[in-house]
Amino acid sequence: MPEDRDDEERVRPRPFWSGVIAFGLVSLPVSLFPANRSRRVSLKMVDDSGTPLSRRYFCEHEQKALSADDIVRGYKAGEHHYVVVEDKELEDLAPEKSQEIDLKRFVPLDDIDPIWFERAYFLVPDEGATKAYRLLAKSMEDERRAGIATFVMRGKEYLVAIMAERGILRAETLPFHDEVRTPEDVGLPALKKAAKEQVARMQKAMKALAAKELDRDELNDRHTRLVLETVQKKIKAGKDVVKAPEEEAAEAEEDNVIDLMQVLKERLQGGTPAEPKPAKREESRGRREEKSRRHPVGASAKPLEDSTKEELYELAKELHIPGRSGMSKRQLVDAIRERR
Amino acid sequence: MAARAMWKGVIRFGDVNVPVKLFSGIEDRDVHFRLLHRKDRFPVKQAMVNPETDAIVPWAETKRAFVTDEGDLVMLDKEELDALEPEKSRDIEILHFLPKHEIDHRWYDRPYYLGPDGPGDDYFAMAEGLESANMEGLAHWVMRNKEYIGALRVHEGYPMLMSLRHAEEVIPVESLEAPRGKPLDERELSMARQLIGMLESKFEPENYRDEYRERVLELLAAKQEGRSVKVVPFRRPPPSEDLAKALEASLKQERRHA
Repeated sequence: MPEDRDDEERVRPRPFWSGVIAFGLVSLPVSLFPANRSRRVSLKMVDDSGTPLSRRYFCEHEQKALSADDIVRGYKAGEHHYVVVEDKELEDLAPEKSQEIDLKRFVPLDDIDPIWFERAYFLVPDEGATKAYRLLAKSMEDERRAGIATFVMRGKEYLVAIMAERGILRAETLPFHDEVRTPEDVGLPALKKAAKEQVARMQKAMKALAAKELDRDELNDRHTRLVLETVQKKIKAGKDVVKAPEEEAAEAEEDNVIDLMQVLKERLQGGTPAEPKPAKREESRGRREEKSRRHPVGASAKPLEDSTKEELYELAKELHIPGRSGMSKRQLVDAIRERR
Repeated sequence: MAARAMWKGVIRFGDVNVPVKLFSGIEDRDVHFRLLHRKDRFPVKQAMVNPETDAIVPWAETKRAFVTDEGDLVMLDKEELDALEPEKSRDIEILHFLPKHEIDHRWYDRPYYLGPDGPGDDYFAMAEGLESANMEGLAHWVMRNKEYIGALRVHEGYPMLMSLRHAEEVIPVESLEAPRGKPLDERELSMARQLIGMLESKFEPENYRDEYRERVLELLAAKQEGRSVKVVPFRRPPPSEDLAKALEASLKQERRHA
């Protein structure tokens, strides 16, 4: 079910990486934000009376909900045999690659076929890095080159092409060579020349449907539109609408003001500073990751989602989360979860 | 070894019908983990829980709700949502044929190779037709209850279907503004360009390996045998304060390597 996926995404923090771009001996601290966001219509799972539900993990044998500390990763090594791996162990496997994108090679933009681009991220400069960022972006754009590197983000290594467009750096992740299938890998038949009449017939049918440009409306999500139409009808009719308590209503309105686009705009202009001192950052980062990794799922006794925005803000303050004043409730939840 | 087809459909435009099989263009080689209960090492199950009472709510009793800007909930039941699901179909309908590159790669999501489902005469004629007309088709299909929009194009002589992201899923770079500041120093800019020039090479994807995956597999093997794996710590470098100096030193270093 599509809404199942949406719910899943709400539980997991959004992909986000912060580290250093190495360009020769120049180090440029940056953060990565996704250039793609999930579908706009996201449905919440609720019970009959409209209480929002949380996704929890539970043990079938003991029939009880598990807390994050009760859960560990396992790799299937046999029918009923798992090799248990602590998140800290995975994290420690590639400490340098988890924090650095070393641009050792620059290749012509046209060398990379965009069909293999998997996901795009915008790079924003962290504090004190705006000048180096602008310099790198400008020179890459002038030279029409992409920087190639590998790095580790959230427990997976990526091959990445860093590109500059309109003064903005973007990372496109690529599959590794052994993950890219060739027509032979797939087992496609050998290329065969088609009969002239058949090709002509194809071309005729193609010409009949020729258009000059892509109509953006064709890229709209029909399912989203249908859901929104149904929702609008129900609101008009006042049917199946559960009114929010007043304080939550104010909060929700505030929530909607700041979205990913807004955050990107601010961070590109250096609006939200990174953590205060680089030396301290080292230390707090290690601690943060160790802890956050031990909590792979957001399954604590009281879910953060149930806290008020004020409570979350106070918690964020305690944890010295940068940019907390500009965060929506959901972003606060994600940031706190990252940090703990 | 031939890959397994993930879906079968029929490409349709005008009076043309081309039966095809879909194959993923990318092979997933990630190391997958299961979440286990630490105590008994059994895989955990997921459940929806009422956070106030901690009671598990069975899947069949759950409903969906749309949250409005004001925080109100609009309840939707499963029948209503099912009615909005796309109709099942094997058709891959081509809506238009567009000049090549008219569909920007920012919309690209996943590549699927198309293989012939049957004799394949039309299959090769279609690929040739697309290539000689320098066109791409804008395709629409429903696969496993989900609607897709895609680009029908040619890759290495074979037809390929590239699924596309929906308009609202992409943040256009045009909507953002590049970081501003004082004009860049010409000397620094020239050194940066020079450094890029020195690090220039062709793109050779076969030179990059997923070392992390190898290390993960090594760790798993070591654990099974009761060995331990050594870790090398890393200190993150601070941002470069003096750009000109860092660039100069980088150029010097590269010249030495050359």
